[in-house]
Amino acid sequence: MEDRIGKKVVIDMRGINKWFGSLHVLNDINLLVRAGERIVICGPSGSGKSTLIRCINRLEEHQQGRIIVDGTELSDDLKNIEQVRREVGMVFQQFNLFPHLTVLENCVLAPLWVRKLSRKDAEETAMQYLERVHISEQAKKYPAQLSGGQQQRVAIARSLCMHPKIMLFDEPTSALDPEMIKEVLDVMIELAEDGMTMLCVTHEMGFARKVADRIMFMDGGRIIEESNPRDFFENPRSERTKMFLSRILSSEKLC
Amino acid sequence: MSTVLTLLAVYFLYLVVPPLVKWAFIDADWTGTSRQDCTGGGACWVFITVRFNQFIYGFYPAGQQWRVNLAVILLAVMLVTLYFKRVSLKFQVVTVIALTYSLIVYILLVGGVLGLVPVDTSLWGGLMLTLIIAGTGIAVSLPIGILLALGRRSEMPVVRALCVAFIEIWRGVPLITVLFMGSVMLPLFLPEGMNFNKLLRALIGIVLFQSAYMAEVVRGGLQGIPRGQYEAADALGLGYWKSMRLIVLPQALKLVIPGIVNTFIALLKDTSLVLIIGLLDLLAIVQAAFTDPDWLGYAVEGYVFAGFVFWLFCFSISQYSRYLERRLSVGR
Repeated sequence: MEDRIGKKVVIDMRGINKWFGSLHVLNDINLLVRAGERIVICGPSGSGKSTLIRCINRLEEHQQGRIIVDGTELSDDLKNIEQVRREVGMVFQQFNLFPHLTVLENCVLAPLWVRKLSRKDAEETAMQYLERVHISEQAKKYPAQLSGGQQQRVAIARSLCMHPKIMLFDEPTSALDPEMIKEVLDVMIELAEDGMTMLCVTHEMGFARKVADRIMFMDGGRIIEESNPRDFFENPRSERTKMFLSRILSSEKLC
Repeated sequence: MSTVLTLLAVYFLYLVVPPLVKWAFIDADWTGTSRQDCTGGGACWVFITVRFNQFIYGFYPAGQQWRVNLAVILLAVMLVTLYFKRVSLKFQVVTVIALTYSLIVYILLVGGVLGLVPVDTSLWGGLMLTLIIAGTGIAVSLPIGILLALGRRSEMPVVRALCVAFIEIWRGVPLITVLFMGSVMLPLFLPEGMNFNKLLRALIGIVLFQSAYMAEVVRGGLQGIPRGQYEAADALGLGYWKSMRLIVLPQALKLVIPGIVNTFIALLKDTSLVLIIGLLDLLAIVQAAFTDPDWLGYAVEGYVFAGFVFWLFCFSISQYSRYLERRLSVGR
């Protein structure tokens, strides 16, 4: 499927609604993402931004609406879900590396068992991506022996080893000490420059300004504002966006 | 206060240890052929040495006992190789080795093929029977327990309900009841003329009973795995069985090694309950021996011996588990 501009649409979310009990966490979400687009989603905690991107690889189930990822519609069909998950990488706030496996084994696991690559090919790919996130010398170590920033870079490499078409980042720097945030953001910036389709939930406004094609501001389960970085930072339309920005930018200046 | 307690403890040891050593070693008799050789006034270990063969093999025919020995030697060779070769304890490797070994032992002990004389299981007894029951119980109840634990946490309501029912029913009944049911009640329900091996019935009862306990131990481990691990596995597209096998179970089982070993040790000791349905395990055969008129009055030696053998095995298992925990604690 292509949209008017002629770029391929890789994520198509229409009329998404979701409730946790009586809490309306996603309220009529519509989102089109084209190949190569970099989208930053921000908003106060509890605004539904993590839930939104977790719906894209079905870590959360939506209750109304349609989600089509790379031509596959997400439904109860396990085959479709696994098909989508093969093409969508995800990086978590808490890294979620597998502690019983070495860095290298973390990276070859899915290519071996899901993509059915040979061990040699899988290890080659893994080393290549570990190099790309500047951590190949730690390949034989276990996750617990690495710093938070290193672990998050390994987590990014682990996702990339599956050659995903889309990468989801769920607050990738929120659990990191300040001095480690930059090394992770640098890797993400490099990834963006290589043309990866990315959806990032983050409060790193510097990163958003630098790489985002579009910034979305969410509050109360709705997308309140959606625009390019310049308009977003210089002429925010809604009051809530202005308030959020003034808070988050003033705290950034303090740092 | 602590000084007083220490002194009391020392005094207590002084009261207990010297007489015990005197009885068990200094005044004990070790060699001979009958009770007439026991003249020292201490323990009469002659009773044990004379009956030793029976305590180990039960009534397994003397000319065929090499088959039992061979099974033990095979096990030892296997364990030593695994220890020194440092073979990774992978799922497939362990399964294949365990299955092959069980098959070999089954053929060896039961016989009837490859020119081996058939030996009826009613002749099995002693330590050999104890170890066979415990070994089978351990080897079969672990995988069943894992499946039950996974089933109990399943999102499918029917599977979950069945697993909960199974676990709660078996955990709610004493093992003695299970064994009685198997040996006395079950034949009443089976069609006329259909009767199967008493040992097999006991084994099935023990395995089902222990699986329920094992399931709960494993479930404890599964609950200790953070949700992020499941999510990361899902996000990589691993699917249920692969993520269980590669991500969740290796971590969960490692977490509950002490619990699993505890269950194993309890199982090893519980095997002596089979004596109530007429299987002559180590304890039963020792008891039978000291009711023999030739050896009346040597119950204490018999119980001490049986207790010592049980302790030796349980202690070895617990030591092995400590080694395993250390070996698997890499990277933590």
